[in-house]
Amino acid sequence: MPKYEFTVNGKDVEVDVPAEMPLLWVLRDELRITGPKYGCGVGVCRACTCLQDDEEVQTCMVKAEDADGTEITTIEGLADDDELHPVQQAWIDRDVPQCGFCQPGQIMTAVALLNEKGDDVTDADIDKIENVCRCGTYGRIRQAIKQAAENM
Amino acid sequence: MVHPATDHEDAAPASGTRRRRFLTYVAAAPMLTIAGKFVLEGEAAAAAGPVAGQLPLPPVSGLVDFGDIMEIATAPTMELMKLEFTTDNKVRFELPRLEVGQGLNTAVVMMLAEELGARTSDVVVELSDARPELLFNQFTAASSSVRTFWKPLRQMAATARARLITAAAKKWSVSANSLTAQGSGIVGPGGRKATFAELAKDAAKVVIPSVPATPKKASEFKVLGKGMTRSDARAIVTGKAHYVSDLKIPNSVVAVVVRPPTLGGELVSYDDSAIRNVAGFKGTAEISSGVAVCAEYTWQAMELAKKLQVTWKSGPITDMSSADIQAKLADMAGSLDDSVNDDDGDEIDEGFDFAFVSHAPMEVNYAVADVKDGRAEVWVPAQSPQDAQKDIAAKIGVLDVKVHVTRAGGSFGRHLFHDAAIEAAEVSKAIGKPVKLMWTRNDDTRHGRMRPASHHRVKASYRAGKVRSWTHKMASVATDFTHGLGDLITSTAVESGIGKLPAAQLYFNLTQSVPYEFGTTTISLHDLDLDGVNTGSWRSVHSGTFRVAEDLVVDEIAAKAGSDPANFRLENAKSDRAKAVLQKAMKGGNWGRQMPKGHAQGISLHEEFKSIAACLVEINASDPKKPRVTKAYIVVDAGQPLNPKGIEAQMMGGLTDAISTILQAGIHIDNGAVREGSYGDFYWARQGNTPPELQIDVMPATTDEPGGVGELGVPVCGGAIACAYARATGTKPRSFPINF
Repeated sequence: MPKYEFTVNGKDVEVDVPAEMPLLWVLRDELRITGPKYGCGVGVCRACTCLQDDEEVQTCMVKAEDADGTEITTIEGLADDDELHPVQQAWIDRDVPQCGFCQPGQIMTAVALLNEKGDDVTDADIDKIENVCRCGTYGRIRQAIKQAAENM
Repeated sequence: MVHPATDHEDAAPASGTRRRRFLTYVAAAPMLTIAGKFVLEGEAAAAAGPVAGQLPLPPVSGLVDFGDIMEIATAPTMELMKLEFTTDNKVRFELPRLEVGQGLNTAVVMMLAEELGARTSDVVVELSDARPELLFNQFTAASSSVRTFWKPLRQMAATARARLITAAAKKWSVSANSLTAQGSGIVGPGGRKATFAELAKDAAKVVIPSVPATPKKASEFKVLGKGMTRSDARAIVTGKAHYVSDLKIPNSVVAVVVRPPTLGGELVSYDDSAIRNVAGFKGTAEISSGVAVCAEYTWQAMELAKKLQVTWKSGPITDMSSADIQAKLADMAGSLDDSVNDDDGDEIDEGFDFAFVSHAPMEVNYAVADVKDGRAEVWVPAQSPQDAQKDIAAKIGVLDVKVHVTRAGGSFGRHLFHDAAIEAAEVSKAIGKPVKLMWTRNDDTRHGRMRPASHHRVKASYRAGKVRSWTHKMASVATDFTHGLGDLITSTAVESGIGKLPAAQLYFNLTQSVPYEFGTTTISLHDLDLDGVNTGSWRSVHSGTFRVAEDLVVDEIAAKAGSDPANFRLENAKSDRAKAVLQKAMKGGNWGRQMPKGHAQGISLHEEFKSIAACLVEINASDPKKPRVTKAYIVVDAGQPLNPKGIEAQMMGGLTDAISTILQAGIHIDNGAVREGSYGDFYWARQGNTPPELQIDVMPATTDEPGGVGELGVPVCGGAIACAYARATGTKPRSFPINF
């Protein structure tokens, strides 16, 4: 099988997996990084969202070969040791999670959005977020994104 | 939950205390003296007695509700609960329930911390393995968990506190009355302090405490009643919260099951020769639900499953589609004798259709099983783990079955069924390896459980703006109550003298009621048996449709009477608690304000689980195909509110369920097969479908006991949204979801 090299949360990794295997499963099954979740496998629910070279991606739609040479950030790599990222802190302050399963993806999406918009983020921008939360935590996600925008 | 030994496990397991040295347990929950039989009087006694030829019972839920039944059923085994104290000064409690996101763990932490004088961060609540000796005390259902633990857990903690104080008084030779419990220790005169860990061994020996072991009064609460953030919030936002799908099992294989194209289809034969030599292939196994394909990686299992050659026999309802099922249900609801006819009043008689709805928790159905040497060990998020234990034993013929309960990535009723665990055990037994079995999202939607389709017929007669009779018949595809909860309901309710009806009927009668003075009121449920369709209780069970149908009729009667729909509800509401939440919602939500064309407000009131809520929404339906709820204001009276933040979260979740199922999310059956596959077509609400303006107010305590809240939001928000849509569009919605 082909080998691919990339970084995950700042660490160099080398994997030996089929070229077509989605990055989500490379992370979960091979690298044992389980923050990114499977919810649909077709890029719709976005529970697997991570950053690739600082851009938001749905890792279930990224092939292993397309991860080669890139930098991947998962929820596990967002905090600076014990110091949480402002989005993570806002998620706690606003008591956003319920079951918590989609929240790694929600947080990574919010990080990407705020990296782009900063404190200019509007309700209309937040409305465009497509991540599914089956527990329905959307109201608090909206509040948390606004809070994080002020603290980033 | 116990984590399996793994090859990759890092040093800090999510469960936290596994490496802590267990010190002792200081108190067990007392056996509470709750009468096993209700003494019913008046209307309820009449309702409980058999009446020849009568199918429906008048509602009894106002007198005895399902939570009461749960309280009776769980009381005898509460003495098997224990509070453990560890050498690192933590208090540990094993909770025989499932945390699915509803915030139960956090509420239990608060209850224990309050009575013990412990820091909330020192109280560790973990999910208990299946414990058959707990009998009916290991079900997570019907918004009943906080209610069942409210008295026994606080009593257990108060007893522990009294013993710890007594032990400290002896140690210091001071009066026990001069000591208090705070900060996870006992504090005495002159600032002396001993931690719980230092006192636990002596405290466990105390037979008669020197201070009363009486739970605090509400006026003394320091923790309860104040909003507490989820105790696992940090673990969740850092990716450290582990679900069953995240467990790392050495030498395991991943299994994906190839399932029939139609509901209830049966396997005829299969051929795996085309995939046997593909990299990663680890075997196939015929199991009761299809053919399991095993592989090294999850992705390989999913890909190989697509390539397996299978011949199927069609399921039992390939001649039926959604429209046929709805027609059968409408026929059932309309075919029985109409009990009330009013010769000199006006009448309204309307029918409402509700589609099937998938539970669709974010975490797909998933379980881990390791079957070897005549024993089975299983990890699964189960609401009914003892039943899982029994079902697995029966299926694979192994008596020694250990079931570890893992946190769930959502449930909404789905995990009353543990089919993935049964399948995983079947596969593990067949191939002789530990198995991680996952359902793909399409499998979950197409072969998982669903809220059954239903038809509601509401008939009312009224005169001079006053409703004189009210009949509500609900015809539903039968809800599957064959999980252990059904046994609990029938055995406890029959024992209590309420009646000998099947579980679904009893459940209906123990939960449903009409919150208005509407004269002679008759409600009834009629179940349609339909082979092949997998149904199950879905958050709020019957209420999510029941309330919506009634609200639309209430609005229409109010309109005919020339009354304002909110005032009409206020005038007819039965209880003062109901009137109070309605008034607050009307005032705080600015009821009656002028709205642009295509916009409107809607309002509803719902009472269940000894809690009451009112919801006011505003909708923009200027494009009726793309309505948006733009604002929601929810007022909730949860009796004695324990964690207002958690209560708000539950109501917010119920609102999203209501937006989804009323406006656009449902399941079609086409010729005996489910049409939808993922969130792309089972269109669950996204951020852009939910209101940018949202306010939820929790009323100060109105009673001295907590009411249930987990399911309360679905019906009340559903009713408000349906009414708002009707008013905004000038239509009479009769089929849900509206855009389907």
